Amino acid sequence: MADPTPFLYAGSAQRYDELLERDGSIRPHWRALIEHLSVGDSDSVRRCVDMTRRLIIENGVTYNVYADAQGRDRPWQLDPLPLLIDQREWRELEAGIRQRAQLLNALLVDLYGAQRLIRQGLVPAELAFGHPNFLWPAHGTRPHGDTWLHLYAADLARAPDGRWWVLSDRTQTPSGPGYALENRAIVARVLPGLVNDLSALPLSGFFDTLRASLTQCADGSQAPLVVVLTPGPFNETYFEHAYLARHLGMPLVLGHDLTVRDDRVFLKTLPGLRRVHAILRRLDDDFCDPLELRADSALGVPGLLGAVRAGAVVLANALGSGVLESAGWLGFLPGAAQALLGESLRLPSVATWWCGEKPALEYAIAHLDRLVVKPAFPNQSFEPRFGRDLGEAEIAVLIRRLRGRPYAYVAQERVSLSQAPAWRAGANLRLAARTLTMRVFAVATPHGYEVMPGGLARIAADGKVDIVSSQRGGGSKDVWVLGDPAGPPLHIAAAAPERHLPHDELPSQLVENLFWLGRYSERCEDKARLLRATLAVRTNAAIWPGAREQCLRRGVLGANADPVASLYDDVLEYGLAADLGRLGWCATQSRSRLSAEHWRSISVMQRQFQRAGAGPADPLETLDRLLVSLTALSGFALDDMTQDDGWRLLMLGRRLERIQFLAGLLAERLAGGAPPSQSELEWLLDVGCLGITYRTRYVSAPELATVLQLLIFECASPRALSFQWQAARATLADLAKSVGASTEAPLEQSMARLDEIGIAAIQGAGEAGAQRLRQLGQALADVATAAANQSDRLALRHFSLIDVDFHTLTS
Amino acid sequence: MSAVHYAVRHETLYRYQRDVAHAHQQLRLTPREHQHQHTLMHHLQIDPQPAVMSEYPDAFGNTVTRVELDRPHQRLLVVADMQLRVDAPQAVDLDAGDSWVQVRDQLGYVARLRDEPWLEALRFRSESPYVRIKRAFADYAAECLSPAASVASVSARLMAKIQREFIYAPGSTDIATPLLQVLARRTGVCQDFAHLMIACLRSVGLSARYVSGYLRTQGAEPQRGADASHAWVAVFAPPLGWLGFDPTNNLCVQQQHLGIAWGRDFGDVSPLRGVILGGGAHQLNVHVSVRQIDAPN
Repeated sequence: MADPTPFLYAGSAQRYDELLERDGSIRPHWRALIEHLSVGDSDSVRRCVDMTRRLIIENGVTYNVYADAQGRDRPWQLDPLPLLIDQREWRELEAGIRQRAQLLNALLVDLYGAQRLIRQGLVPAELAFGHPNFLWPAHGTRPHGDTWLHLYAADLARAPDGRWWVLSDRTQTPSGPGYALENRAIVARVLPGLVNDLSALPLSGFFDTLRASLTQCADGSQAPLVVVLTPGPFNETYFEHAYLARHLGMPLVLGHDLTVRDDRVFLKTLPGLRRVHAILRRLDDDFCDPLELRADSALGVPGLLGAVRAGAVVLANALGSGVLESAGWLGFLPGAAQALLGESLRLPSVATWWCGEKPALEYAIAHLDRLVVKPAFPNQSFEPRFGRDLGEAEIAVLIRRLRGRPYAYVAQERVSLSQAPAWRAGANLRLAARTLTMRVFAVATPHGYEVMPGGLARIAADGKVDIVSSQRGGGSKDVWVLGDPAGPPLHIAAAAPERHLPHDELPSQLVENLFWLGRYSERCEDKARLLRATLAVRTNAAIWPGAREQCLRRGVLGANADPVASLYDDVLEYGLAADLGRLGWCATQSRSRLSAEHWRSISVMQRQFQRAGAGPADPLETLDRLLVSLTALSGFALDDMTQDDGWRLLMLGRRLERIQFLAGLLAERLAGGAPPSQSELEWLLDVGCLGITYRTRYVSAPELATVLQLLIFECASPRALSFQWQAARATLADLAKSVGASTEAPLEQSMARLDEIGIAAIQGAGEAGAQRLRQLGQALADVATAAANQSDRLALRHFSLIDVDFHTLTS
Repeated sequence: MSAVHYAVRHETLYRYQRDVAHAHQQLRLTPREHQHQHTLMHHLQIDPQPAVMSEYPDAFGNTVTRVELDRPHQRLLVVADMQLRVDAPQAVDLDAGDSWVQVRDQLGYVARLRDEPWLEALRFRSESPYVRIKRAFADYAAECLSPAASVASVSARLMAKIQREFIYAPGSTDIATPLLQVLARRTGVCQDFAHLMIACLRSVGLSARYVSGYLRTQGAEPQRGADASHAWVAVFAPPLGWLGFDPTNNLCVQQQHLGIAWGRDFGDVSPLRGVILGGGAHQLNVHVSVRQIDAPN
């Protein structure tokens, strides 16, 4: 048997140790894993840890805000070593969770209906009516099948005696199932084979059940549409919203993607309104409907509660389910279980005294040194206080507070969390003990609740604390429930999308973001080429001033700044760095539509660029590398996306952007009428990425006519204006077919005018030649303007359903 | 005293700077039947014609009219006409009924069966969006709270104190003004005084609800709050039931107040609440007229 001492890991006398028995031997269900780890050397462990970190960063698994102005994201923390749970023990836990979910659902049915338990004095009225998430407007609503809780999560802790206790219940919009799935996908790659060798039960079935359950609720419809409602990318768990939406094959929508008409919910899509049957919401319930709930919410859907009342939409979880998120309920659940289910509660909660009961208040005050005092309601500004950490004066203040509003506080027994081994980063990687809690999930089905065979273990930043929180810099672990090794082989949950969205399920907001993703991808590429060509001629006094002038005019170089510093300056409004940030923002917004590789290449590109900016990298080399990545993006766009209307707008965004850039660049150069010098022509070819094409085709030095032919009229070259216009026109025609728009005249006309002038015109010297060049320049300027306006027209035509300008009025 | 009859017209006119493309409105303009008040006639006129209109009773028993407007419009006119009869109430002895201490203690959680009136009272004892529970409110009410006093007499004293110590100043506050600020500045409108009185009562552990409605204009000198919708407080005073107090006018509610809707606070009963798409800036005019009429035949 493997010896754990190489890992310098020791058990604890005060805590339950997940890995070690009291006598220090390894628990049987951990042995295979430890043996496996003992075979490798310390390098293999380091590779494991590094790969985990890399996958998290590349997959863009983040916990809080990803795309704020500063681009600050906090990568998700994952320890590759899973928490192992023996299947027999799990069965018991599972039964407890199933019962608890059923109980809490029944409690919600009662609180929002007959209120029998309050009448009977089995639960205090204060806990319901004093809770900000008890939504009176939802009272009397009857969700389909009386299911209030579709998705439920419980946070569990294991006491020193080995029993699991419930710390808290998550009934509002339980976060974490997506992180659990992503954790599994990463750990399965980092520790290949082990998932199968140890027969860890797969998680994917849970998500199939969730999808099936939501689709089933939307009864009566041939093709029910279920959407995921998110508060948006500023939410701390936005990654998970996008991830879940993609995995479940459901559109990810914001409040203003939805509208309520005649008590029915619709999704605004490109072809028009499309009926929505169920909503998996990640938005807190009081924010969901500014008409009846919080009037100050700009995130919700006006009229949503009316649609719920009319039974026309399923909300998962139902509006109002957040009321059970209070530690105050814990002490009343055993009685409620008897009254509502006729059963005793299988899974105990951490001992909790709700101070609204006189005897409980007196007990709490007498035993403060052993208790932690917490607020009963989430809107209180009161940090949990451990009685034993307080001085005499602070205790007196606390007691006065408790006596003043006893019903607003709970006292809870301190729990000594269990500990498990985790890799501790440092000079020497080694195993260290970390305290942990475990979040488990259940989903409603017509036959009761089904529990995810696994979960999300959260570990503290060190081994001594009894509070674990992602906000406090802790980490996470995958949870493996070990199945029967003799059973059939298991398949690992794939992170790939399960199904593509039909085009008429695309929220127009998402399509708009795709359009801008297209534009910014191309804009970054154009600016990178412009900068590369320009920085390359820095020592060529003949053309540097003119080239620099072009850059200044576009705002990609700062007027008085060092050109290299400008490259990385994200405060420069039209600079490359700022546009890369916007590209990232658009990608974040449309993330549910991008493949994992597509997303990863964007995030890798940004990190590389940032790293280059932080160090002494050669600017030309940075730009070369950036251009390779940006070119890869256009590959993803062409080869890696379903070619629906969303894609069409993305491509249209790219093409219009290139037309605008190229036409604008040439127009400015030709406007003066002076023919460009030879080195200027070379520079133009470089910016247009046509240097090599030119040199292979023409042996001679660049000539004006041939250069303009290549840049403007060459129908077979994607780098030429004409090519881009033909492609854009075809896309516009396709869009017209599917959503009834027509192609636009101004761009068509200005391109025709350009053709009319043609290349022959520029032959000739003297004033006549200059006149013709100016003419061509003017035509090109018109093309650039028309391309810019085209984008506004598109916005008007296709995105007009997007209107965030709603406000609440009361009189 | 005998029954009094009223004709009420409540006009609400919104003018918008630009087209409103779409609007959801919730109206609470249907008078409640309760105790001594009966509806003889009620009629709602809405212009432009709504695309969808429906009614449902809310959790507190008020009738809500839901309206959806799907055509562009730059004005919305809602006119509620009603005729009501208010029967003569029985005289109330303010010193009668249970003491406030007794009621407070009984409203607290005890593990036993509640009957309907108490269950109803429990709904109006907790914090609500516009009525926070704070020590400052309990402190303000302290001098009205002699231990043996009945709930009714405590309420009457509190009502008189608010009317005496606060300045009624239309336009000085809006619905977003925090109640603690109203308390600190001693200035407000009927909405604020009703909220304040409720906050004081709930902060000492009693149950109180917010009532919206109308007030009869009396004689030459108009009452405060008579030309718009008005608000007052109903207090749970067992065994007498719910008694009305108007802290704006220091009046016990008898035959001059016409209740439309009640809830925990203004948010539950606003006469019109809507979410509009577009519209830009808006202008709101509300006009209420209350006339005493002869008994209709």
